[in-house]
Amino acid sequence: MIEISHVDKWYGPTFQALKDCTTSVAKGEVVVVCGPSGSGKSTLIKCVNALEPFQGGDIILDGIKVNDPRTDLPKLRARVGMVFQHFELFPHLKIIENLCLAQEKVLGRSHDEAVAKAEKLLDRVGLKEHARKYPAELSGGQQQRVAIARALAMDPIAMLFDEPTSALDPEMISEVLDVMVDLAREGMTMMVVTHEMGFARKVAHRVIFMDRGEIVEDALKEDFFGSPRSDRAQKFLSKILAH
Amino acid sequence: MSYNWNWSIFFEPAPGGTGTYFDMLLRGLWLTIQTGVCAWIIALAFGSVIGVLRTLPSKTAYWIGFAYVEFFRNMPLLVQLFLWFFVLPELLPRSWGLWLKQIPDAPFYTAAIGIGLFMSARVAVQLAAGIASLPRGQKQAATALGLTTFQAYRYILLPIAFRIIMPPLTSEFLNTIKNTAVAITIGLIELTGQARSMQEFSFQVFEAFTAATVMYLLINIVVVVGMRFLERSLAIPGYITGK
Amino acid sequence: MFVNFDFDVIRRSLGYLFLDGMTFTLTLTALSALGGIVFGTLIALMRLSGFKLLGRIAGLYVDFMRSLPLVLVIFWFYFLVPYIGQWVTGASRPVNVGAFTSALVTFIMFEAAYFSEIMRAGIQSISKGQPAAANALGLTYAQTMRYVVLPQAFRNMLPVLLTQTIVLFQDTSLVYVLSMPDFLGAASKVAQRDGRLVEMYLFAAVVYFTISCAASFAVRRLQARISIVR
Repeated sequence: MIEISHVDKWYGPTFQALKDCTTSVAKGEVVVVCGPSGSGKSTLIKCVNALEPFQGGDIILDGIKVNDPRTDLPKLRARVGMVFQHFELFPHLKIIENLCLAQEKVLGRSHDEAVAKAEKLLDRVGLKEHARKYPAELSGGQQQRVAIARALAMDPIAMLFDEPTSALDPEMISEVLDVMVDLAREGMTMMVVTHEMGFARKVAHRVIFMDRGEIVEDALKEDFFGSPRSDRAQKFLSKILAH
Repeated sequence: MSYNWNWSIFFEPAPGGTGTYFDMLLRGLWLTIQTGVCAWIIALAFGSVIGVLRTLPSKTAYWIGFAYVEFFRNMPLLVQLFLWFFVLPELLPRSWGLWLKQIPDAPFYTAAIGIGLFMSARVAVQLAAGIASLPRGQKQAATALGLTTFQAYRYILLPIAFRIIMPPLTSEFLNTIKNTAVAITIGLIELTGQARSMQEFSFQVFEAFTAATVMYLLINIVVVVGMRFLERSLAIPGYITGK
Repeated sequence: MFVNFDFDVIRRSLGYLFLDGMTFTLTLTALSALGGIVFGTLIALMRLSGFKLLGRIAGLYVDFMRSLPLVLVIFWFYFLVPYIGQWVTGASRPVNVGAFTSALVTFIMFEAAYFSEIMRAGIQSISKGQPAAANALGLTYAQTMRYVVLPQAFRNMLPVLLTQTIVLFQDTSLVYVLSMPDFLGAASKVAQRDGRLVEMYLFAAVVYFTISCAASFAVRRLQARISIVR
């Protein structure tokens, strides 16, 4: 579904953000990407739907080359859902409008169709009664659930999560993770940048560990948590699992 | 003070047989409002386009926006009006120039366009700053949903940015109205111009200027109250724009 | 396109344009900026002083000035200053003060309103801890302002003050409405005398543009330097 091969990314002439990154996500697979801050995990996931340009290598998404200048990027992006660290709901639109906008403007759905879809998804994330509110009137956890619903409304073939819980207060993390776990169990293809190792243990098939722009370890979940091969991954795990 | 006040002067007939001095001032007030509103529409239209150009990733777009703003910001408005009014018709092919010079109400059109373009540079700067102040994730989220750049600006970035810059836009609107007074130099007899001719005909300097002053204050109050009302009706619940 | 034009008229009048016109413009700009900043600082201090009445008066003055077109204010003072002169000197008739003084008073009074708003924002940007620390050391209000708050605030707002001065430089062209011999006035006189409007106004535009551009470029450099040091 997602093929990442030999991707290089530079910021300016001196700083290399991604070094020869190669991995893939199969249909129905859940891959967790972890690593210290600044390791390039968010950059990598943003390269997948071309939010960040990259200079070397290829990314192929459902058979379409992302870095081909002839690719219709808006059309491609509409097929991949993305959830951001800071939710990025549109503050001037009501919750329901946040879910309908792209359905109508990008997919060309009728307003009624879009609303029906939106209501179904809001119900699913447990926020149906908030449909007519504005984002700033909801808590962080609720906003992130809306953001997930917004991405799902586009009927994506895969979902990208960029640290979906790291801007949340601790008591709100689980309500968001619960939604993600359900999604994983339904067979959604997911690439998730997160530090939530509990989530990884529960639903991930594979875990990727990144450091300084490199993919240091790319292993099945059992192997990764059982005996990480690299020192850097071991150190990282012991740090975040110490508490 | 050795000055003979005569407040009843306003009700005396003005030379020219078109009513009292007060009527004369009212005509000036009306022309000031008309010119100001026309100039403001031009300023908003051009300022929005240029402001957006300054925020696009394209280098060319940025430089066009930059050059436009510097061009209109680094010449006195008075000089710009002279360029439009006296110089432009001479630089055009003869027949066009003649046509331009024969337009009735040429001072009005020149003032509306000249002041409009002058102010558009300032609107552009405000709007570009407003867009730049939005979190980067907003554009990314819109893009990730498959919206094109045009759609992202149309539905997400501009509606939020315009709300944020409402207070500075209010003062730019007031500046536009005030700047119409500069057009007396190209023969537009607006409020200040009428006060000036009243002073020349009647020698009651201070009555004439006091009346004009009061009228400008009224314009200010109406605009400020109106814009505050607009601002409140467009405010997003829970979202603080005044950061 | 320019075949019928006579750009030599510019060369012939350069002396008059710059020695008389531009000198008038620059002197007026410099003195107005200086006076405007001094008076503007006073207004800003009045607004922040904590004395309700004083603050009210200063606030009303600023709002009042900022509501009026500069052209109208120029006319106001042109006719008002002789009467003020009469009142101050106790003369029996309005005093003829001359065009330059009248313009200078106008711009100081008008720009002070704008400068005071910049000063106020600058002073308010200094953290509350600074005056508190100064007070704790036993400094009076005036000393606190003079030695602690104003020097810091001034540095922060220097770029904005200079930008406003560039605006002022352009605004001085409005003394044209009183037929004063500033740069634009001089250019316009030559233009009318020789019937060379196109050449003279284009030249005036280029000169204003060059000076303003160079000045705002310098301000941008300064701003970059200040923000690095901080």
